[in-house]
Amino acid sequence: MASLRHSNVIELDYAPQRKIRELLREQSALDNAITISMGPQHPSTHGVLRLELILDGETVISAKPDIGYLHTGMEKQMETKKYQQNIVITDRMDYLNPMGNNLGYVMTVEKLLGITHDIPPRAQTLRVLLTELQRIASHLVWLGTHALDLGAMSLFFYCFREREKILNIYEAVCGGRMTVSYFRVGGLPYDVPPNFNRLVRDFLDEFPAALREYHTLLTNNPIFQKRTRGVGILSGEDAIALGVTGPTLRGSGIAHDVRRAEPYCGYETYDFDIPVERDGDVYARYLVRMREMEESLKICRQALDRLKPGPIKVDSPKIVLPDREQMKHQMDALIHHFLLAAYGFSVPPGEAYHAIEGSKGELGFYIISDGTERPFRCHVRGPSFVNLQAIPKLCQGALLADVVAIIGSLDIVLGEIDR
Amino acid sequence: MSSILAEILDAAKTVRAIAQGMAVTLSYIPKRKLTRQYPDVPVELYPRFRGEHYLARDENGKERCVACFLCSAACPADAIYIEADEDLRPYAERPGMEPRYARVYNIDYGRCILCGYCVEACPKDAIKHGHNFEMAVTNFADLVKDKQYLLSNLEREKTRNLTLRSDAE
Repeated sequence: MASLRHSNVIELDYAPQRKIRELLREQSALDNAITISMGPQHPSTHGVLRLELILDGETVISAKPDIGYLHTGMEKQMETKKYQQNIVITDRMDYLNPMGNNLGYVMTVEKLLGITHDIPPRAQTLRVLLTELQRIASHLVWLGTHALDLGAMSLFFYCFREREKILNIYEAVCGGRMTVSYFRVGGLPYDVPPNFNRLVRDFLDEFPAALREYHTLLTNNPIFQKRTRGVGILSGEDAIALGVTGPTLRGSGIAHDVRRAEPYCGYETYDFDIPVERDGDVYARYLVRMREMEESLKICRQALDRLKPGPIKVDSPKIVLPDREQMKHQMDALIHHFLLAAYGFSVPPGEAYHAIEGSKGELGFYIISDGTERPFRCHVRGPSFVNLQAIPKLCQGALLADVVAIIGSLDIVLGEIDR
Repeated sequence: MSSILAEILDAAKTVRAIAQGMAVTLSYIPKRKLTRQYPDVPVELYPRFRGEHYLARDENGKERCVACFLCSAACPADAIYIEADEDLRPYAERPGMEPRYARVYNIDYGRCILCGYCVEACPKDAIKHGHNFEMAVTNFADLVKDKQYLLSNLEREKTRNLTLRSDAE
């Protein structure tokens, strides 16, 4: 028994770590460099991120992100499910931005089907409105947890209080609070409830006061400024070289936003600004996200004003489920309903990439279709995954305590990184 | 001299900013609390909330389900298991509204993700979302709910610890 167990023992190979340490000793003549593992259970790594930090005293010499603790094989799973079933998987990637994920996925499938321009205006407007609300909700979670990491506890509760209102709107609209699955290929599955306008209007009226409170608590707070100003500086060139997108990129002085660069869902008709800060530090990224919430609020107001009654899905019985009343009384609608629910719709062969501006950056879906009702391959260009690659660059030379601020400022969600 | 003055000004600014922040926090102490004391106070849910399903009956109490398997085909999580059967007795005697009915209808809540695709797919309005979300069990096998449980779920919901909000205008 003992010999059997002995034969199954896997020899752990510590050679790579030893080599790194030896190299570091040679390079910087540091005898006291220590390697510590931050995470995956560390509360400030926002999930199950593990950082392998090599420290000289309190200064970080190198930081290596170690991911995969939340790997669920979502991309592979998507190859086994029908196109409309994959929407529920996208909910679970970036679980703070499910509406955005749904939108990115369904728009890519719509691009493959060639029905991008057939989506009715009401569906387009609702999509814009709900994703912008989701952007606010996602930024609120970021703000609350980021401030909590840096020691401002009360802000966390105020952020989640406002976010709760958005989640309530989602619950009223589609029945799900975080796993919404509301957008469908070809439009929306059913219309919003009668009290939708009032709920959104109430939120839009209340939110500016809450935003002012957040500013009072943080923006001029000297403790917060000392923790964030000049910390984790990312230059514009580095940001582009690393492929960083979203508020992290705009905090480095690059005014790139997919909503402006490649407008979708009629974003070109909305009046909004792209907030940019030049400093590239944690504080700049904070300011960009705070101003983005105001801009999202502006877009939400405009979208709510132009919300007119009308159809919510394309008139294409082979792609969208028919109305329930039609399905119950018309034979052809019932046949289409059966075929769609049981077999799904087939997508012409080809490949498509479509990107939207998620709350964390460019969220792109790349789908290859082989003409069947299931994708041949679905790749996700997750903003968190790409933004995470800035961590070694940002953490080099920073203090150990600043690593927490840097991770917080990148706004990563591990569900999307590991997929 | 000017450096001392700058430091004093800086300190004054710091104190002011912290005092402003503290004023926000302290102003919440006398205000109404937003926390709901959940097990003591029922949860408020919107009518569309996707909770544990129930199987609907028609106006005479007959099961609406005709075992067409659409819900199980639409399910992204493969959570629904159905066995179809036929009961050719007259309407008054058989359990279902149609001769064809589901002899076995199980939903595995260990797999179900409550996405609502089955409800959308059902052509007979036989499966609906209830509002129950308290589905924790101590035995994993208890997560599989059978037809009898799902059929009686609508009545059971009246005893649940929740209230419904209105989504009317």
